[in-house]
Amino acid sequence: MTVRPSVAAPVAALACLAAIAAACGPAAAPPDAAAPSSAHTAPAAAAPPPAASADTTALRRAVVRTYADIAFASYTDALRTADALQDAIEAFVADPTDASLADAKSAWLAARDVYGQTEAFRFYGGPIDEPESGVEGLVNAWPLDEAYIDDVDGNPGAGIVNAVAEHPEITAGLLVDLNEVGGEKNIATGYHAIEFLLWGQDLSADGPGARPVTDYVVGVGPNADRRRKVLALEADLLTQHLRIVVDAWDPDELAGYRSGFVRDVDGSLAKVFTGLTELSGGELAGERMAVVYETQDQEDEHSCFSDNTHKDFIAGAQGMANIWRGRYGDVVGTGLDALVADVDPAAAADITAAVDAAVVAMGAIPPPFDQAVMGADDATGRMAVLAAMSSLEQLAARLRSAGAKLGVLGGGGA
Amino acid sequence: MRWAVAHAVADAVVHEGTACRAPTRYALVGRMVPWLRMGVAAVVLSTSGCASGRVATTTAGSPRAGSPTAARLNAVPPAAALPSTAAARLNAVPPAAALPSTVAARPSVTVANTTLDAFAQPLPGLSADERRAFFVGNAFFNDPWVTAPSSTAGRDGLGPTFNATSCAGCHFKDGRGAPPTDDDPDRVGLLVRLSVVDDVGASVPHPDYGDQLQDHAILGVPPEGTFDIAWDEVDGRYGDGTAFTLLRPRFTFRDLAFGPLGDVAAMPAISPRTAPAVFGLGLLEAVPEADIVARADPDDRDGDGISGRPNRVPDARTGAVVLGRFGWKDGRPTIEQQAAAAFLGDIGITSSLHPATNCPPAQAACRAAIDGGSPEVDDAKLARIVLYDQTLAVPAPRDVDDPAVVAGAALFAAARCDACHVPAMRSGPRSTVAVDALADQPFAPYTDVLLHDMGPGLADDRSEHDATGTEWRTAPLWGIGLIPTVNGHDRLLHDGRARGIAEAILWHGGEAEGAKERFRTMTRSERDALVAFVASR
Repeated sequence: MTVRPSVAAPVAALACLAAIAAACGPAAAPPDAAAPSSAHTAPAAAAPPPAASADTTALRRAVVRTYADIAFASYTDALRTADALQDAIEAFVADPTDASLADAKSAWLAARDVYGQTEAFRFYGGPIDEPESGVEGLVNAWPLDEAYIDDVDGNPGAGIVNAVAEHPEITAGLLVDLNEVGGEKNIATGYHAIEFLLWGQDLSADGPGARPVTDYVVGVGPNADRRRKVLALEADLLTQHLRIVVDAWDPDELAGYRSGFVRDVDGSLAKVFTGLTELSGGELAGERMAVVYETQDQEDEHSCFSDNTHKDFIAGAQGMANIWRGRYGDVVGTGLDALVADVDPAAAADITAAVDAAVVAMGAIPPPFDQAVMGADDATGRMAVLAAMSSLEQLAARLRSAGAKLGVLGGGGA
Repeated sequence: MRWAVAHAVADAVVHEGTACRAPTRYALVGRMVPWLRMGVAAVVLSTSGCASGRVATTTAGSPRAGSPTAARLNAVPPAAALPSTAAARLNAVPPAAALPSTVAARPSVTVANTTLDAFAQPLPGLSADERRAFFVGNAFFNDPWVTAPSSTAGRDGLGPTFNATSCAGCHFKDGRGAPPTDDDPDRVGLLVRLSVVDDVGASVPHPDYGDQLQDHAILGVPPEGTFDIAWDEVDGRYGDGTAFTLLRPRFTFRDLAFGPLGDVAAMPAISPRTAPAVFGLGLLEAVPEADIVARADPDDRDGDGISGRPNRVPDARTGAVVLGRFGWKDGRPTIEQQAAAAFLGDIGITSSLHPATNCPPAQAACRAAIDGGSPEVDDAKLARIVLYDQTLAVPAPRDVDDPAVVAGAALFAAARCDACHVPAMRSGPRSTVAVDALADQPFAPYTDVLLHDMGPGLADDRSEHDATGTEWRTAPLWGIGLIPTVNGHDRLLHDGRARGIAEAILWHGGEAEGAKERFRTMTRSERDALVAFVASR
């Protein structure tokens, strides 16, 4: 992550605006592709006169399209890494060894780094978390109902894995059905279910879970065959569920979510800002940091089995940075920075600084997170967590006011 | 393929909401029925009334906050400045005592957000610390509880039997639940209360099932049972001859794990309850008891056919008998006690107020299950959840200058809906409330928080403290038009039988019979205007 000097942002944004205006004039059919990357690298000397809002519509359209491109690219990468995870898990259950278990864990960690960057696409009822059809609860539910899946400390016979009499046959349908008990799709599937099945409970004060490979060796671990089956099915379900989201954002799926999203430009901008402010202020700073900062419940963290929670935070902040700048992987388009700079260059520069500060602050939390939150308020870790919370809250506040200034965000605060 | 379905649902919801809020044309003035002419001097499509409405939706964050203009905009308009018509009265911020112009602007209690998160916003006036506490409470409201024992020890203890795994399971996005339907048979959001009459005639919990049927359980424990709903159609006609059909639910029970609920001679009393929206509760809690009781008229001394009685309920913290404010029959006095009761009854989570696991003697597996500590939700967490419930902001009224809404405001008053759905309340002083932002605030809940006899059509024939089997608390109307947006349905009333506002009105009986009849005999455009007004609150 390169931290751009904040003064450069408005200049780049104005240059970008000129390029958009040329590419997306009202006479031409709007191309689906994002603005050319040269817009962002135009020399400062070539900055055009102050932006006129005549081209605001084209600018807004370009921002929404770039966002949709990044969503598609991000979820495509999430699916790709989940596929790799599934391959590693199939290899592991076919031949459970310390080496194949380590490979599966590595694949899980790699997949999380990518999935975490997609969390900025939540919180407005889009493909990932539409109330009726969204798969977020199947993919990323937390907290995990461990005892619904497998044995836990204090209840060795717990879980679907060991419920031989109650559920003699383990199938994908059973896992999905059980997942919906209580009307909520949040019990027993997704990344954290796989994490639990790979790492096991984190019973140590200073390390991740240490599930022995023998849990998967038939004839050694109790119900090892059933545990293998559950793990393999979980990996398969994860890729199936992610594919639904990828398809929804696919520009070639004409009846998919994306086509409506890029048409309803102002409505979609509201969603973009809502997703970012909810993720930074509500979800990351609030639910995931403030709660455990206050309770100091050591395992009250999202990736508690693998002690990977600090990486979830970094990925979340990076996902916001991707959208803000309009860049992710091969996508080099028009970011929100250009849109905000169009109405308030100083605010855009402030937000760029806040985005970068948030990424830095997440990286400054000393891992593992479950140790960082412990101790007295002046402990290094707690101070770093508090600073990270503050940086996210500041970012949320600035994004809220920018969204209001653009007229896409109403009142409200979460 | 899944997306095609999702879009169809979303489109239907949007269409419904639009149809509800923006009906075509209203030519109301001059075509009013006689009772309406008597009830209101004139239906004024008042621009000043609309302006007042806009003032009501102004929230914090104005770039000019602090300037004299902003101070005026954010302040409550002095009562004298308001037009005196009923339309303006209802459509505006509740009139408050005139404030000196030098008083600094305070953020209102409303937020202009019409998205999926319309009910999930913090009060604009919260401090940074309160805001952080709000999010902590939000986390425990939203996140599911899990089976004990668990690594997440602060979040375990689900069940053993339960209706949902989180508060948000029923109060989705802090909004309203609905009965399960053929399209969505697994929907949570409606539960069934049970009680039997004991030897001395008192209403007590069912010996084997307790006071509520829990239709889910953790692995290895049987759920108590489940229910089916059959919908009987009830036909009727508006005064203009237009037919309507209402739905009345009929509950049957099956898969009962501990034997029949009762025999034909002695069936328990059942009371189906949908989950109400939870925003604005802190304001209702903050109204001085005397203000609410002052509206009671149990013997109908004013002869308007409307009594209004307070429920008097035990305060679990103090043992005193106090005013009930929460629940469909005002059964609980405080948000804390309402939340703690719901934690135990709905999720199976014990607290210091309800330390015993909810397993009647017949339920052996339930009693043998591992618990999540004593209690499962500690007082610190419960306090955060309570603060969250107290500080959820109220959606600002919408479409306030829509001519139909303005006309509907007059009709609402003329039909005397406002006798119980009281539009103007005020919270108590700082010393009586949890946070600054809740103190001395005018607000418009459209409830009097009192019990009213609603007639046999709605009766559940199950008493709750002083509330009889025909009495219900006046339901607040704020935010009602946003339920389709937030919750994807339009089901209203305690058991969710009404499909939309008009049906809910048509079910009114008892003390509300007169108001219902005035609505039923309006012209179509008048009915649409009244509904548009209610949906705009």
